[in-house]
Amino acid sequence: MSNQGKYCECKELAKKVRTHCLKMVHRGKSGHIGSMLSMADILALLYKRILKVDPKNPKMPERDRLLLSKGHGGAALFATLAELGFFPKDWLETYYLDNGKLSGHISHHVPGVEFSTGSLGHGLPVATGMAMASKRGGKPYRYFCIVSDGDCNAGSTWEAIMLAGQHGFDNLCMIVDYNQLQALGKSEDVINLDPFAEKLRLFNWSVKEINGHEMAELETALSKFPDGSGKPMAVIAHTVKGKGVSFMENDYKWHYGGLTDELLAKALKEVEAAI
Amino acid sequence: MRKAFNEELLTAAHADPRIHMVLADIGYGEIEPFANAFPSRFVNCGVAEQNMTGVACGIAMEGNISITYSIANFPTLRCLEQIRNDVCYHNANVKIVIIGGGMAYGPLGISHHSTEDLAIMRALPNLKVIAPCDILEARAAVHAMLAYNGPVYYRCGYKGEKNIHSAPVKFEIGKAIKVSDGPDATIIFTGTIGYNCKLAAEALAKEGINVSLLSMHTVKPIDKDAIIEAAKKTGGILTVEEHNICGGLGSAVAEVLMDSGNGDTRFKRIALPDVNVSKIGSQDWLRDQYGMGVNDIVKTMKAMLQ
Repeated sequence: MSNQGKYCECKELAKKVRTHCLKMVHRGKSGHIGSMLSMADILALLYKRILKVDPKNPKMPERDRLLLSKGHGGAALFATLAELGFFPKDWLETYYLDNGKLSGHISHHVPGVEFSTGSLGHGLPVATGMAMASKRGGKPYRYFCIVSDGDCNAGSTWEAIMLAGQHGFDNLCMIVDYNQLQALGKSEDVINLDPFAEKLRLFNWSVKEINGHEMAELETALSKFPDGSGKPMAVIAHTVKGKGVSFMENDYKWHYGGLTDELLAKALKEVEAAI
Repeated sequence: MRKAFNEELLTAAHADPRIHMVLADIGYGEIEPFANAFPSRFVNCGVAEQNMTGVACGIAMEGNISITYSIANFPTLRCLEQIRNDVCYHNANVKIVIIGGGMAYGPLGISHHSTEDLAIMRALPNLKVIAPCDILEARAAVHAMLAYNGPVYYRCGYKGEKNIHSAPVKFEIGKAIKVSDGPDATIIFTGTIGYNCKLAAEALAKEGINVSLLSMHTVKPIDKDAIIEAAKKTGGILTVEEHNICGGLGSAVAEVLMDSGNGDTRFKRIALPDVNVSKIGSQDWLRDQYGMGVNDIVKTMKAMLQ
């Protein structure tokens, strides 16, 4: 099977997630669409090919745990979980609305969501604690934490990076949605993380650097985890903020920007036309 | 008191394999027995309280009990958002323990004084707030805290505290303990400042004023019944706390009195007068300086009863 065929399901899911997100953000008059589109491919690949989860039994003890530290992009995870059947898809229509089922930031009150976030720098410390307890307790559970550029400004994220590296919690995987844009501009102009991979290696992490929109690269990086290094694993996924919508791509305006009816129609058309 | 705390925790940890200790490089001379006995349930996160709290939350969410433990404000204010968003919102089984409640660290200065903690911690949903007054309460409180499934803030003293109770106590979260009974008024205190209240009650008794003494070891949820009973039976309440006047025990008691229709109760509060503690000295000396010495309590009680 060609890679195109192999990842057909993943691409289809990513497309649906992007479509849902655009509609949710438009309906709710909310923001953060760029951050959602940026990680749609990562989520699709994870949920279709990597994570051991059961939509009918979200708290299954032996499940893989995914913590989304960049909680502002939560609509993308909500959309993914709805598509997989964790909860009814019509919940997505209530996102950001009065008496809605889904909040603007990710919430553990929603089936399939492991942990609530929204303030950056919270996910990795908690994932580190979970990973520590399970590793030392002899449980084979795996922990994935998706962080953003902004997350990696936070001291608490680096506190966790240091601790996990110190103790070699190799059941912990940090996936960086590295689109290199944050709320007020380019990451390199705010807090330049580069050379990011090198920094993480110096902190005793096993690091893989990939294109976060290429399913084959994502799968190669994530399919062998723990990777045998005895270290926590970081996957720096180079992504494009606003990926899939030309007028949003690489424009930090779309960290917060809202969608008019016209722009929604244009964006949906582009996403639908994508391969 | 911290020694008693650590002894009880160690005993409990032998019986309960869920208990983990998560530190931020504080606890020298006290935590080593736990670390040596349970290395796989002990982690020193380094001087990194935000991570300490997040890690503790993660450990707890995997079915364990986490203890974070440090000096004064380090495990609370430094990582307040982790306590709010991670621990309290997820109702995680994390126990936040501070050593040196109030001005116990005396000359070390304001960074080591925990004098706004009760107000701030009591504002957080899901968090129980306890402040044992002596070694007997401190020992019993450890087990009560561990038996409760959810977040607890434990304001521990430091060292050398004198006993207020004369025998081991039954410590129930949310249930005040009566130290002594008297008809003229009630002193409600929380934490180790209770010893000054005991001495003040004894001094008042010598002058023919007999007051009840109530250890309000749980500031949240506060024992409303005990407060209302004190108001009805004794007609006057003086609260004493080693804490800022804003938002702590006195505020909590006043809220109960007003909410319950007992707003006409004679009422006074002894607390820090909304200042930064900038004077330098021992805990006892500072208590005198800031109006919570034995004589201050006696004088305030008399003024209230006039």
